[in-house]
Amino acid sequence: MSSNDASAAPVQRAKTTGLHKGDIVPGVAKVDPIIIADGIRRTFGGLTAVNVDHVEIPRNAITALIGPNGAGKTTLFNLLTGFDKPDEGKWTFDGHSLAGMGAHKVAGLGQVRTFQLTKALGLLTVLENMKLGAKDQIGENIFRAVIPSLWRKQEAEIEERAIVLLKKFKLDAKSSDFAASLSGGQRKLLEMARALMSQPTLVMLDEPMAGVNPALTQSLLDHILDLKEEGMTVLFVEHDMHMVRHIADWVIVMAEGQVVAEGPPDEVMKNQAVIDAYLGSHQDVDLGIVTGRIEGELNTEAIKLAAEVKHLDENIANRKETGK
Amino acid sequence: MDILQILSNTGSSLIAPATIGYALAALGLAMHFGFTGLLNMGMAAFMAIGAYGYAISILTFGFPWWGGMLVGVGGSLVFALILGIPTLRLRGDYLAIVTIAAAEVVRLLFLTTTFDKYTGSADGLSGYHESFRAFNPIPDGTYGFGPWEYNANGWWVRIFGIAILALAAFILWAVMRSPWGRVIKGIREDEDAVRALGKNVFSYKLQSLMLGGVFGAMGGIIYALPASVNPGVYVTSLTFFVYTALLLGGAATIFGPIIGSVIFWGVQTLLSNLLPAMVNVGLLPFMTTTQSQTVRFILVGVALMLLVIYRPQGILGNKKELTFVK
Repeated sequence: MSSNDASAAPVQRAKTTGLHKGDIVPGVAKVDPIIIADGIRRTFGGLTAVNVDHVEIPRNAITALIGPNGAGKTTLFNLLTGFDKPDEGKWTFDGHSLAGMGAHKVAGLGQVRTFQLTKALGLLTVLENMKLGAKDQIGENIFRAVIPSLWRKQEAEIEERAIVLLKKFKLDAKSSDFAASLSGGQRKLLEMARALMSQPTLVMLDEPMAGVNPALTQSLLDHILDLKEEGMTVLFVEHDMHMVRHIADWVIVMAEGQVVAEGPPDEVMKNQAVIDAYLGSHQDVDLGIVTGRIEGELNTEAIKLAAEVKHLDENIANRKETGK
Repeated sequence: MDILQILSNTGSSLIAPATIGYALAALGLAMHFGFTGLLNMGMAAFMAIGAYGYAISILTFGFPWWGGMLVGVGGSLVFALILGIPTLRLRGDYLAIVTIAAAEVVRLLFLTTTFDKYTGSADGLSGYHESFRAFNPIPDGTYGFGPWEYNANGWWVRIFGIAILALAAFILWAVMRSPWGRVIKGIREDEDAVRALGKNVFSYKLQSLMLGGVFGAMGGIIYALPASVNPGVYVTSLTFFVYTALLLGGAATIFGPIIGSVIFWGVQTLLSNLLPAMVNVGLLPFMTTTQSQTVRFILVGVALMLLVIYRPQGILGNKKELTFVK
């Protein structure tokens, strides 16, 4: 199913299609789901942050989770990864039920996540950050830790693997620096590389592009596409619609804690519910032209919007005058 | 003013059992605070449990000296579990509040007259030396030179203490250079990130609390080994003094806590001898000898403040590796 079109060109790689079974509706069944969640509810006091009846994440594909601020995307992330516990609901990962399982055990099953606010371990070197990501280390037991001959060999293998990954993410020159000395974008890269050290089957990225410059964005996108080619499944939260359109094979839209739509990216973005809830009706209109600060042509819809803006401006001006 | 006597006392304090006891406790805090980021403000309780465990099991139950030490160490492990299981899920600053309270509970339990038969309440415990001294391989007599002249028992306590200190420093060094130590330092930086990588953070924090607690208990035992167990020692300010020694040397280092303790006690002894002598010869006309003893502790407080503000990494610490300035 996945594209084998692994040419070096960084531009467009073939999307994975045919992921769903039957008609596309919110909660549609997938051909080969890696995560199946049922009746997940999480409330904070009176606020229902997440209320998902049924959702499936397709295996070996890139799934984007989008939605307005406060839609419950990160909360759902936390619930799926064991960082938070739902009030009710059950969900499985790769056939294992995860209900009531702690975050470290979930990670042990091969589901690794990154954070919206990057968590680089500042006072560890970049290489130490990477090595920490490796799973099943003999020397992480306190008694075996005292006898280096037990863990030296594994440590050397881990270091080798870390250096290969660091080269790929262009961080190898920084490997002996403290992670605290990295820039924001480099920390994002480090966090992603560190997550890959655990050789996961599902990588969950919480806003991987937030605060990353355009040049780095391109290489991050390629890294994410590479993950799919290496057989991993990716689920990410993102606000950058261009990125979502560019790399996602499947898009799940959340609003007010619920899944309101899902489907292949091009179709989802035409969906009226999605446009209303999230994208807004004027997403293709240049705001500069609408407000009259830049010369340019407007289509009929934008002209209406421009009139609306003008009307609002006048109202404000009137209010100021009557205030005097 | 007898300068020679003052210097001799100061020199002697450098390898005093109290110094070694502080160094062990400071190593324990290096494990807790410097490496794991656990703000344990109850180190005095670990030391008290070590010392009382040692003394009570010898005096009441007739254990040999090594049995007493095992009881003291075992007691500190149990205390670490009782303290850690409910509190290690809390955020760092809550741990500080809970540990300070737990340490007071422990101290008051040892102080209350209810258990006078075992703990000696306010009088403390003494007269438990026979078994330890019977094991002394050094023949009777006085050895050493200058300020470091002690009898056989004095040397036995010091040599034993230094050996335990060396062993503790070695263990701390060995675990901190291992992958285990890497996880521990990762937890200090951000425990959620470490959790997301599949490590059982709670278990690691508990292990750290237990290992550092054992160092603290051994420190309490060495402190009490030459003389007596006095409940007035295990007060909260003991924890603060040990923190001063730790920060002086460098919180996230192996030798820092040891050097810090030596300097702390050297300066303490120097001031406690020098200040009254200066008052007596009229160099400090505005205070009495009693007041000068209080001034000593004021100076410790000022030194701690200056240290944290201007050299938070301590003497041996790496400037880049500040543990409490982020």
